[in-house]
Amino acid sequence: MNAKGRVFRYGDNVDTDVIIPARYLTTSDAAELALHCMEDIDKDFVKEVRAGDIIVADANFGCGSSREHAPIAIRASGIACVIAASFARIFYRNAINIGLPILESPEAAAGIKAGDTVAVDFDSGVIVNETSGASFKAVPFPVFMKNLIAQGGLVNYVKTKQAGV
Amino acid sequence: MGMTMTQKILARAAGLESVAAGELVEAKLDLVLGNDITAPVAINEFAKTGAAEVYDREKVALVPDHFTPNKDIKAAEQSKKMRDFAGKYGITNFFDTGEVGIEHVLLPERGLVGPGDVIIGADSHTCTYGALGAFSTGVGSTDMAAGMALGTAWFKVPAAIRVELVNHFSDKWVSGKDVVLHLIGLIGVDGALYQSLEYRGDGVAALTVDDRLCIANMAIEAGAKNGIFEVDEATRAFLREVGRDQYREVTADSDAVYERTVRIDLAELSSTVAFPHLPSNTRLARESGEIKIDQVVIGSCTNGRLSDLRVAAQLLKGRRVAKGVRCIVIPATQKIYLEAMREGLLEIFINAGAAVSTPTCGPCLGGHMGILAKGERAVSTTNRNFVGRMGHPESEVYLTNPAVAAASAITGRITDANEI
Ligand code: SF4
Repeated sequence: MNAKGRVFRYGDNVDTDVIIPARYLTTSDAAELALHCMEDIDKDFVKEVRAGDIIVADANFGCGSSREHAPIAIRASGIACVIAASFARIFYRNAINIGLPILESPEAAAGIKAGDTVAVDFDSGVIVNETSGASFKAVPFPVFMKNLIAQGGLVNYVKTKQAGV
Repeated sequence: MGMTMTQKILARAAGLESVAAGELVEAKLDLVLGNDITAPVAINEFAKTGAAEVYDREKVALVPDHFTPNKDIKAAEQSKKMRDFAGKYGITNFFDTGEVGIEHVLLPERGLVGPGDVIIGADSHTCTYGALGAFSTGVGSTDMAAGMALGTAWFKVPAAIRVELVNHFSDKWVSGKDVVLHLIGLIGVDGALYQSLEYRGDGVAALTVDDRLCIANMAIEAGAKNGIFEVDEATRAFLREVGRDQYREVTADSDAVYERTVRIDLAELSSTVAFPHLPSNTRLARESGEIKIDQVVIGSCTNGRLSDLRVAAQLLKGRRVAKGVRCIVIPATQKIYLEAMREGLLEIFINAGAAVSTPTCGPCLGGHMGILAKGERAVSTTNRNFVGRMGHPESEVYLTNPAVAAASAITGRITDANEI
């Protein structure tokens, strides 16, 4: 699996309140949530994002509330992958559970600017900044998480377990 | 190699002799929690798993506390979804309006969380129950769905930071909130990322259970997976009072490994304020300068307990909320509301010109009951001051203890209670 797209670049501590403000949480409809994704820190995000684009951020991306609406809104907005120097743990867990690819790489975060074109190979974890020519290697997923993703996320994992009982 | 409290609890729940940091384990759950934002998503996912029943009708807690009493049609639909689900699957711990309180205050009060328990909640402040010696952590809705179906969850065993508390408070207006704000100011909002915060030391005995609940509540604001206290006589007295008689006390091994130790001298703490827009952006209340405010909120899962209301009432008694300031007081549960009424606290608040609300998360997450307009500033006893958290993206939230909140309501600017 691969992704290639333009980069939206954010800083440290992008919290779930700006990824999807609580005032929109009276719905869990992915398409509706996507309409307000990132609007409190980047009003133009929703207008400019195209399917396949990539978010790159610094440390502690997704901190704050446990709302799964945050990775859901990002995925539904068309973003193919989030690369960050580090992720807040609940966001990390949620992203894997719902199937939003995320990669942790402080080097990639430091070497990618807004508007760059970046290609990602999820199997190898290799990230290439096609604009600058630099390439980076992300922290690979533990085996258990790879299996979870291979099974199509946590819901399918439970389904398989239920069927086996 | 010795284990931390968190590691011991996870090992037991996973049926293992021992575990080490970084290991992935599947642990049995003692409670699975969801609220009116996260449970509706989990209910949809639960349906997709094909499960015929929840794993244990008594071990699922559904608490519609965020947008309730239902603030609009969409919120009403979300509550209805939970009510229908609770009815269909016979879930005993569903708390509807009239019974409901803020989840992290309500569950301890009902004796539903106790030492040694493994608890997941689709709410980031689920870490609150570590105050009672439980391992509890926030997860997402899909985790909640899987937990309801299987009664298990996957965890990566965390490494730990030891927080050594010494001495006791010397300033009478200082409380648990100042301990945790001070800590977050020291280590940062990702200072404990993927780790647990284990509170030890002779200072623990000087903290009330309410202080500990407040401190454990904000473990997530330091990025931690959980925060946890050892059980002592104060914990046992609390558990007796709420009727929880069975539990498993856990202590850390003497050779438990900690990544680092942070020492906090309680006697040196003063009332602390987290300035916008991060909980780590701390300063002392008395060094805040002239910050004029428009609103004060006293409530939430951090500081909406009876002891918090008592502190606020002590300051507001016989005084008035400053002109131009809106002060909103929200008891966290019906029991606290009733007790505050009996003690005459509500009368003090109303006479001071404050608004008193039924239990709800309300303004804490910018939901309802006190939203900020563009450019407005609030002092709040809640736990988050991110951009737009309490309303307009250009509004500001300053996090404080209840004494600073009440004192600021009186003066109209951020004020250390010792000034009153
Ligand atoms: S009071 Fe605030 S922080 Fe606590 S559960 Fe409610 S919204 Fe979350």
